Amino acid sequence: MVVPVNAPMVGKLVSIDVKVGDQVKENDPVATIEAMKMEIKIYSPAGGVVKEIKANPGDVVSPDTVLLTLES
Amino acid sequence: MILQQLVDALNSTGLFNLTPGNLIMWGIAFVLMYLAIKKGVEPLLLVPISFGIFVANFPLTGLTDEEGLFYMFFKHGIQNELIPPLIFLGLGAMTDFGPVIANPKTLLLGAAAQLGVYAAFFTALLFGFSIPEAATIGIIGGADGPTTIYLAANLAPHLLGAVSVAAYSYMALVPLIIPPVAKLLTTKKERAMVMKQMRPVSKTEKIIFPILATIVIVLLVPKSAPLMAMFMLGNLFMESGVVQRLTDVSRNELMNIVTIFLGVGVGSTMSAENFLKPQTIYIFILGIVAFAFAVAGGILIAKLMNLFTKNKVNPLIGAAGVSAVPMSARVVHMLGSEANPQNYLLMHAMGPNVAGVIGTAVAAGAFIAALH
Repeated sequence: MVVPVNAPMVGKLVSIDVKVGDQVKENDPVATIEAMKMEIKIYSPAGGVVKEIKANPGDVVSPDTVLLTLES
Repeated sequence: MILQQLVDALNSTGLFNLTPGNLIMWGIAFVLMYLAIKKGVEPLLLVPISFGIFVANFPLTGLTDEEGLFYMFFKHGIQNELIPPLIFLGLGAMTDFGPVIANPKTLLLGAAAQLGVYAAFFTALLFGFSIPEAATIGIIGGADGPTTIYLAANLAPHLLGAVSVAAYSYMALVPLIIPPVAKLLTTKKERAMVMKQMRPVSKTEKIIFPILATIVIVLLVPKSAPLMAMFMLGNLFMESGVVQRLTDVSRNELMNIVTIFLGVGVGSTMSAENFLKPQTIYIFILGIVAFAFAVAGGILIAKLMNLFTKNKVNPLIGAAGVSAVPMSARVVHMLGSEANPQNYLLMHAMGPNVAGVIGTAVAAGAFIAALH
């Protein structure tokens, strides 16, 4: 099953902290966004293998933006 | 004869007129400077305030006498109540009311945090402060610097230095004040609660909000108008999108310029004889009471609200009603995230956070109407 990881709120993507093929567990940090001058870690909603990275650092992201997908 | 002239000359220098009180105030100024410069505590305000304190405590300068330079800053900027509304203009031009519009219930949480103001007000009365003094001390609990200064100038100018420094110090300490109170009043399960995604807010709604809010608030509490009207004007500048230059100048240049005069003016009120009194210590104690009750008020009302509504809120966001924008919202976010990594409260907490600014200005307006 493919699980999308969306941005939880509007902000600027600082970095994607995993690579395609990485194994992640639920609640592992996978990306960092900046909102309200605060860096916010985004934690994986599920466990799985990173399948595809779909956003680039510097992008303005919102809850509609898929940052990456996981294959679980 | 010559000896006499020499003595006179020496006596006219500052050196022989320094009092121990002056030196203690220098010490206080240096501590604040250190905190601002080395620790990053509210530097934009504490650098001018601390230098103001420092220089105001030199003998024979005349800076704070009638017609002195610092007295001019104080008289025209603060006593005439000019600068705090100008700062509110700038704050309005950088405040996004989206989270409030998406979830208007959060206005109640911003109001609930004003419980801290009233808790400190009544405690200050018990400590023997007069009613106007108690109101001025209570407003520290709103965690809003310009409003605190505005009310102090209006009701108790002799306390202005102490209450402003207390307000700005505790605002910087929000990351230490909120967590213990919040954890005492909530369970881990409550803190872990994920809130429903916020609905998007249209541009039209954001333009109507400052106008509608002005109608409601200024009709209800007319004395809040100087702060509220400027706050909403700044917000309309930003949201209208057609006066980018005015938006920019309000939140950058104008705000920076008046901040210099505000800081120096506030600092200059802190002369040794005015500040080195037991009541200053009481003000700092009451200030922390005010902050703690503000956090508690917001959280408890959020929990109360949850009993009656279907769409529950995470009670932590009530703590963000302690304005200190956006610091309180950040602290709330971190507490939520600590309880559950999938919990992203930042935007939800911005609602009570900006509502708290409105709440404090309204509370100040109500005090002025009742006491002046």
